[in-house]
Amino acid sequence: MEGDVKSRITKKSLKLSKRNLIIAVAVFILLLIMPQFLSAYLNGVAVRVMIYILLVASMNIVNGYTGQFTVGQMGFANVGAYVTAIMMTNYEISFWIAVVVSGLAASLMGALVSYPARKLSGLYLAAVTLGFSEILRVIALNWISVTGGAMGIAGIPVPEIFGFRLSTPLSTFYMVFAFIVIMLICNYCVISSKVGRAWISIRENEEAAKSLGINTYRYKSLGFIYGGFWAGIAGAVMAVFYRFIDSNMFSMADNFDVLAMMIIGGQGTLFGPIVGSTLVIGSLEAFRFTAAYRGIIFGGVIIFMMWVRPQGILGKSTKDGPIKMFYNKLVSRSKANRKGGTA
Amino acid sequence: MSVIMESKNVSKQFGGLRAVDNVSTQVPEGSIFGIIGPNGAGKTTYLNLLSGAHSTTSGEFIFCGENITGNSVHKNAKKGIARTFQQIQLFDSMTVLDNVIVGFHKHEKSNMADAIFRTKRYWREEVEIRQKGIELLERLEMAEYIDQIASNLSYGMQRKVEIARALATSPKLLLLDEPAAGMNANETYTLLEFIKFIRTKGYTIIVIEHDIKFILNLCDEIMVLNFGQKIAQGTPSEIRDNKAVIEAYFGTGRVAKHMGVAKDE
Repeated sequence: MEGDVKSRITKKSLKLSKRNLIIAVAVFILLLIMPQFLSAYLNGVAVRVMIYILLVASMNIVNGYTGQFTVGQMGFANVGAYVTAIMMTNYEISFWIAVVVSGLAASLMGALVSYPARKLSGLYLAAVTLGFSEILRVIALNWISVTGGAMGIAGIPVPEIFGFRLSTPLSTFYMVFAFIVIMLICNYCVISSKVGRAWISIRENEEAAKSLGINTYRYKSLGFIYGGFWAGIAGAVMAVFYRFIDSNMFSMADNFDVLAMMIIGGQGTLFGPIVGSTLVIGSLEAFRFTAAYRGIIFGGVIIFMMWVRPQGILGKSTKDGPIKMFYNKLVSRSKANRKGGTA
Repeated sequence: MSVIMESKNVSKQFGGLRAVDNVSTQVPEGSIFGIIGPNGAGKTTYLNLLSGAHSTTSGEFIFCGENITGNSVHKNAKKGIARTFQQIQLFDSMTVLDNVIVGFHKHEKSNMADAIFRTKRYWREEVEIRQKGIELLERLEMAEYIDQIASNLSYGMQRKVEIARALATSPKLLLLDEPAAGMNANETYTLLEFIKFIRTKGYTIIVIEHDIKFILNLCDEIMVLNFGQKIAQGTPSEIRDNKAVIEAYFGTGRVAKHMGVAKDE
């Protein structure tokens, strides 16, 4: 009996199950074929969704896994976008180098903000990260010689791969898709390792994590650095997709959009960011005909979500939501009635 | 027996309150060392100073011949001081095995790159810590709870999981802060046996407790604190007969006199 439990743990048992792998591959192939049948407009929407997936997933590392409350993901995207834009327009460096440098530059910003932020938590941390993001925005707005100020940077070149120009939404779709697949694999690998366990233990109970020899400051910083990397890449992708950037694209409102998507999708889950971004951007596009009323609908959806599923769509529920509670009440009442009837 | 931990004139000042006042003591290796005292005597503060959660105002701790004063909690944990908390601090949403696995953190050498590229080292360690975790839980006779979510367990079991998790760090010194608090007599007895069992595995244990019966049955040596000061130290039988200890607990009034009379009979 004892031997059974232990021999259960092998390298094989820790890998993805065959069923999950097949599902993942199937979805992967489906998504590869999908854009061929969509219009350029819809592919454009899909690219925007995917840019947000990168951003939300990077925020999810800090908020969902490490349990800290950061709002300033757009600041990292800002840095990434400007680094790529400047490198490509002024120095004619290849996009593929620029995107990695953008990620690293955003990581550096993550390290910078995490230094004061690692000792904070909750709303204080949110204030610091949001403030940091705003500082970066204001710098981008006023450092005219480098960032072009309010004029932004226009005419960002199109990335090329093997002489093939990625200029249409369709080709950009495949590029961002590749980034997302790489990111998801990296996230999965990191979360299921020593680092991920340390992050989750900090989220669950910081005091206990410390008492087990986990350097909580270091791991919180690592969360900012790792998350910042992907936000930086999201920024780089924004730069080449829109081919124009200015500081307004990284405003406070955008930060809160990212936050809303993460919460709606489900914090601390691998696929929550995908669901959240798709749902929010998808519904905003679907309600485009309502024009100015979109904001109201969006607000309503958030309130509804918070009421029905506070842990997000994919989030693990520890308590029943109000609808489930209502259902339970109905069931127990009807059972009681039946009992009363027979007695 | 050699000394594993020594505190030299340790004091802690909270504003105008001297919570721990000039406490010096030595803990022999392999013993169960008890700390008792009335409420507010500074027992938990003393433990927090030792583990690094608070910084000392003056004095120093020597652990395995090394000065550890002013170290952070995780640094001390790496050196071999593990602890449990007065209020149980588990990773609630994780299974018992996952809780224990986090305890192996300091033994793992793989890094982020290993994880992303899934190197041999990563796989070896991932398999190893799970097997070690199961082994540890089997040794503590908790194998049947491996897959249970920690928050679903009974209070007594949760305490055992917390101790098991602390043991996963393979500590030289284990600090237990009121392990029997809030337990019924049955649970307390089980815990007593459990701690005695752990001791046979070669750990040194410092335990704080209010339950005098528990501590007299368990410990080799007991230190008594009152208002932050050490008022006595000795074997359980010495402590039981110590005038200063009886005075600290019962004052100098009628009860104490009665205690003195009762002892003579």
